[in-house]
Amino acid sequence: MTDLAAERMDTGEDTMKGKFLTFLLGNEAYAIEIKFVIEMIGMQPITEVPELPEYVRGIINLRGKIVPVMDVRLRFKKESKEYNDRTCIIVVDVDGILLGLIVDNISEVISIPDEEIVPPPEINSCAENKYIKGIGKVGSNVKLILDCRKIMNEKDVEAISQIE
Amino acid sequence: MSDNYSNDPMLDMFIFETVQLIEQLEQSIIEIERSNCYTEDSINEIFRVMHTIKSSSAMMHYENISLIAHTIEDLFYFLREEKPKKIDCLKLTDIVLESADFIKHETDKIVEGRKSDGDGSELIRRIKNYLSRLKADNSKENAEKGKSPSKNEDTDSISEDSSNQINLSDFLQQNYKAVIYFEEGCQMENVRAFLVINNLKEIAEDISYVPEDIIDNDGSIEIIKNNGFWISFKSDRSYKEIHEFISHNVVFLKEFELYETKSDGHQQLSTDNQNRKDLQDKEKIEEPQFVSTRQSIISVNVHKLDKLMDLVGELVISEAMVLQNPDLNGLVLDNFLKSARQLHKITGELQDAVMSIRMVSLSATFQRMNRIVRDMSKKLGKDIRLELIGEETEVDKNIIDHISDPLMHLIRNSVDHGIENSEVRKAKNKPEFGTITLEAKNSGGDVLIIIKDDGRGLNKESILSKARRNGLIKKPEQELTDKEVYSFIMLAGFSTKEEVSEYSGRGVGMDVVTKNIGAIGGTVSIDSVEGEGTAITLKMPLTLAIIDSMTIKTGKSFFSVPIISIRESFKAEDGDIIIDSEGNEMIMIRGQCYTAVRLYELYGIKTEIKNISDGVMLMVENDGKAICIFADEIIGEQEVVIKALPGYIRNLKKIRGLSGCTLLGDGNISLILDVGDLITSLEEGRMKI
Repeated sequence: MTDLAAERMDTGEDTMKGKFLTFLLGNEAYAIEIKFVIEMIGMQPITEVPELPEYVRGIINLRGKIVPVMDVRLRFKKESKEYNDRTCIIVVDVDGILLGLIVDNISEVISIPDEEIVPPPEINSCAENKYIKGIGKVGSNVKLILDCRKIMNEKDVEAISQIE
Repeated sequence: MSDNYSNDPMLDMFIFETVQLIEQLEQSIIEIERSNCYTEDSINEIFRVMHTIKSSSAMMHYENISLIAHTIEDLFYFLREEKPKKIDCLKLTDIVLESADFIKHETDKIVEGRKSDGDGSELIRRIKNYLSRLKADNSKENAEKGKSPSKNEDTDSISEDSSNQINLSDFLQQNYKAVIYFEEGCQMENVRAFLVINNLKEIAEDISYVPEDIIDNDGSIEIIKNNGFWISFKSDRSYKEIHEFISHNVVFLKEFELYETKSDGHQQLSTDNQNRKDLQDKEKIEEPQFVSTRQSIISVNVHKLDKLMDLVGELVISEAMVLQNPDLNGLVLDNFLKSARQLHKITGELQDAVMSIRMVSLSATFQRMNRIVRDMSKKLGKDIRLELIGEETEVDKNIIDHISDPLMHLIRNSVDHGIENSEVRKAKNKPEFGTITLEAKNSGGDVLIIIKDDGRGLNKESILSKARRNGLIKKPEQELTDKEVYSFIMLAGFSTKEEVSEYSGRGVGMDVVTKNIGAIGGTVSIDSVEGEGTAITLKMPLTLAIIDSMTIKTGKSFFSVPIISIRESFKAEDGDIIIDSEGNEMIMIRGQCYTAVRLYELYGIKTEIKNISDGVMLMVENDGKAICIFADEIIGEQEVVIKALPGYIRNLKKIRGLSGCTLLGDGNISLILDVGDLITSLEEGRMKI
């Protein structure tokens, strides 16, 4: 029985493999693996939660589920931008933990085969670099593939120490 | 298979069942030990438990568990069938408990996803030894009994219950079988046979005969004529006496045969029936007792209940969303409101019902303490009795999970440090046996659990000196109240006991107890009189899921404050605020000075309302300490369903003064203030105002 379940999981992942959701932050195009994405919603009223790093904007009520939201711009130490009707929240589920990512706008779902993905350059001190898992080539464009786990788990030491 | 615990409902069931059976077993063993004899019921129960475990573990391929269970089953089979008199109760109890421990330990391993690899062969060998010794003793005894049955009864020192006495007389009686032929042509054979039975009743018991319906059925005449009248019975008379009795008392007797039988199948069956009937009767008597403690009728996965609870929470919120919908403003809706009230009533009842499903009685947790007290008092050579009061008190399942360890710890402390040796107790004019009372009761929205012992009590001086050494005293010593002194023992790394024993005294413990109880919103307080005993009171909320709260607003943020911790709310004037040299604000109310906290400053919230006279003050208290919170306005009182903050935020950091969040009727999220945490954070200066 467990084998069956595992098999199903495999096929489920198979259909999602190589598929990415792309979105824009300013002029840069980012991509995240589609298997993490639960849903995409428009901007919601956010309840602020005190004492959190600036990039965690607060929590939203997603049909009774309470989901924290993170401004990806602030997370990457970019300038924040006024939210407008293009602003979206991508709700992701990483290992059972829900998180909403606030992004400028969502573009499309594309397939990037493994061979088109190259690792990021190792010598690069850019703040956002450590959250980039790889760089995908799509035609003449490049998409920066985000490492969802790192975005979630890597503690921004600086931001927390500022609060304290 | 054992690697995949959560995916296998069979294994789930096995674990659940085994744990429950073992718990039940432990409970009955402890009861047996108290009454100091193995009754037939208890032997049967243990046999049944072990039998179930044996077969289910064999099915799941846990050979070691199955083997242990099988050996114990053998042992109890012998006890059940042979009913030996000389049982070393103490030894037997130890063996059974040890086996129960082994099985429990192995089950734990399986739960954790490890392989069950414990080796029970040593234990099995000991059980077998015990059994063979028991057999040897017993056969000797039987031989003695045969020689002088009457004497045996006198020497019988163990108090027997009635059922055993019946069995004893069974043992002394002989079984007989007789076939009686009446003279031909005597007429009315059936009536004569009936007379024979009547006569036999004077000297015999358990009479059964073929044909059975001698009077009612005329056909029996023919049978008796042709086959004879078959009787089997039991009597304590000798063969000769029976023979004489029959030949003198039966008229028209043609011939008869009398056999003495050892124990034929028929007889066995009838006594078995008898036993079973006895058993049933007893069970009937005991039933009312069981009803109060074991109500496990259906077992449901807790996650399903959590889910149900969540859904009901959602329902309550959506109901509020519908009924307080802004679109309804200004409309006259008599019928709608009537139906709405009905809906409100039903959802309220539904909520109560779901809550009550999650309520579990404390008895299982309390009963487990019996075992600890037993094991420890035996090892430490103390005579201790555990009294349980109010074990039927019900609390939320979540709370049960949180209090089991603290309770165990407190009981251990009492046994180890609290209760003195019997010599010391005698010298102090106390009863030789120590008493630990474990009491649970409801008090308002809280449950109190009190662990009381009549031991030596806490020594204030030694606590103080230890606290002094560790630099824990922050106030002038003469100002410390007794309660404050005692509360030192709840701090980390504090143990007044000099030597470390197997059970306690390492200084880790009381602080863990406080932390665990604190985690579910409870408090611990200690009372003690030196030389007379200690009482530790755990005060906990009845449930963790729903609280009555007051919602307040600051800027755009909503906060919910548990009603239990609100003392009053009031409007203050600017002039009421006193500012000290460091800029801290205080407020004077009825001659008492309280710290005033501006919520917007505390949490850095943007708001327009900064004048004290424009907003409201809420006086909140926890543990006798009170502060005043300044907020923009009060929204209202509401029952809220507590939700934990999302996992991401919890992983990020612990937010001081917040215990969770909840959804308001209009879909807004409100943060729940944890008054206790807020006050301690402020006190310790971890939080700046």
